[in-house]
Amino acid sequence: MKTKLITLIFPFLFVTFSMAQGYVVGDKATDFKLKNVNGNYVSMADYPDAKGFIVIFTCNHCPFSVAYEDRIIALDKKFKPLGFPVIAINPNDPELQPEDGFEEMKVRAREKGFTFPYLLDEGQKVYPVYGASRTPHVFLLRKEKTNLEVMYIGAIDDNYQDESAVTNKYVENAVNAVLAGQKPEPDFTKAIGCTIKKKN
Amino acid sequence: MFIVLCLNMIRVVLLLSLLWPLNVFSQNIVVVNFEQLQPRLQINNDTTYIVNFWATWCQPCIKEMPAFEQIHQEYKSKKVKLLLVSLDFVKHIESRLIPFIEKFRLSPEIIVLNDPDANAWIEKVSPEWSGALPATLIFNKNFRGFYEQEFDYTTLKHIVELNIIK
Repeated sequence: MKTKLITLIFPFLFVTFSMAQGYVVGDKATDFKLKNVNGNYVSMADYPDAKGFIVIFTCNHCPFSVAYEDRIIALDKKFKPLGFPVIAINPNDPELQPEDGFEEMKVRAREKGFTFPYLLDEGQKVYPVYGASRTPHVFLLRKEKTNLEVMYIGAIDDNYQDESAVTNKYVENAVNAVLAGQKPEPDFTKAIGCTIKKKN
Repeated sequence: MFIVLCLNMIRVVLLLSLLWPLNVFSQNIVVVNFEQLQPRLQINNDTTYIVNFWATWCQPCIKEMPAFEQIHQEYKSKKVKLLLVSLDFVKHIESRLIPFIEKFRLSPEIIVLNDPDANAWIEKVSPEWSGALPATLIFNKNFRGFYEQEFDYTTLKHIVELNIIK
């Protein structure tokens, strides 16, 4: 009986554990279907011509996210025509962070003139699979047929406070490397950010 | 004579009003880069150091702050030292950080870490740290623990009690 119980429980333990770990560079990413601020649902499968995606977990309330808003718009404007559009996802639970509610997201997207989808991770099912731990947190994906390969994970650049003082545009360099058929260097960076708000 | 005196008085008042905010600022908040902070994370002696990385915009950080304040009060006479490292933007020190410190009457030492190339130093605080706030380092010559989590008083006290060198 005891062994039976363990064999029953063990796979579940493993699944929870591997989910909490999230992606590392080289992993295959899964698609999602999340509600955009315009009311439509968005999946990466909706972009047959894309060569990949700049998936950014970000939100309204976090000062680091706010500091990067203009730079995220610039990334989308630069790389959408080259086949790498930005898809922004708000991973926070709006009940814990009311500024990150769906209505507030609509307002912010309109105010800033977001050129990319701004999706709500309803039920918070997507961010743990990716392993996003803070906002903003970037996952650069390369598409090959139906495969989505993780090419870069981390920060947008090396100066959140002052765009003019940036010396390494991590994401921009990573997309350029992938476009040139190379591996991004670095392909993983860390950054200070706001924790993702989740009920315990 | 009277006019000259008046003018001088005005000058003194003006000078004082200019210096006053500067004075408050310099007395309370030191701004450092990581190179300046790093030696304080590597002290290796009998004192147990609790270094908390936080910011006024970080809700879980604000929530756990009373626990740090309480531990600070309780262990004042023991070999325990608290350092609150704020990651608030420098431009927000006077508008957000100082009012927060005053409102919650925080008594531990508080410094601002202003070093925007975080990728260069997060690993040096702890390889386990993703960069999310709050994060806390607790260490002495026998022990070193890193916690990317929100603390409550009981958990924090438990770790301190287990590891403090008496």
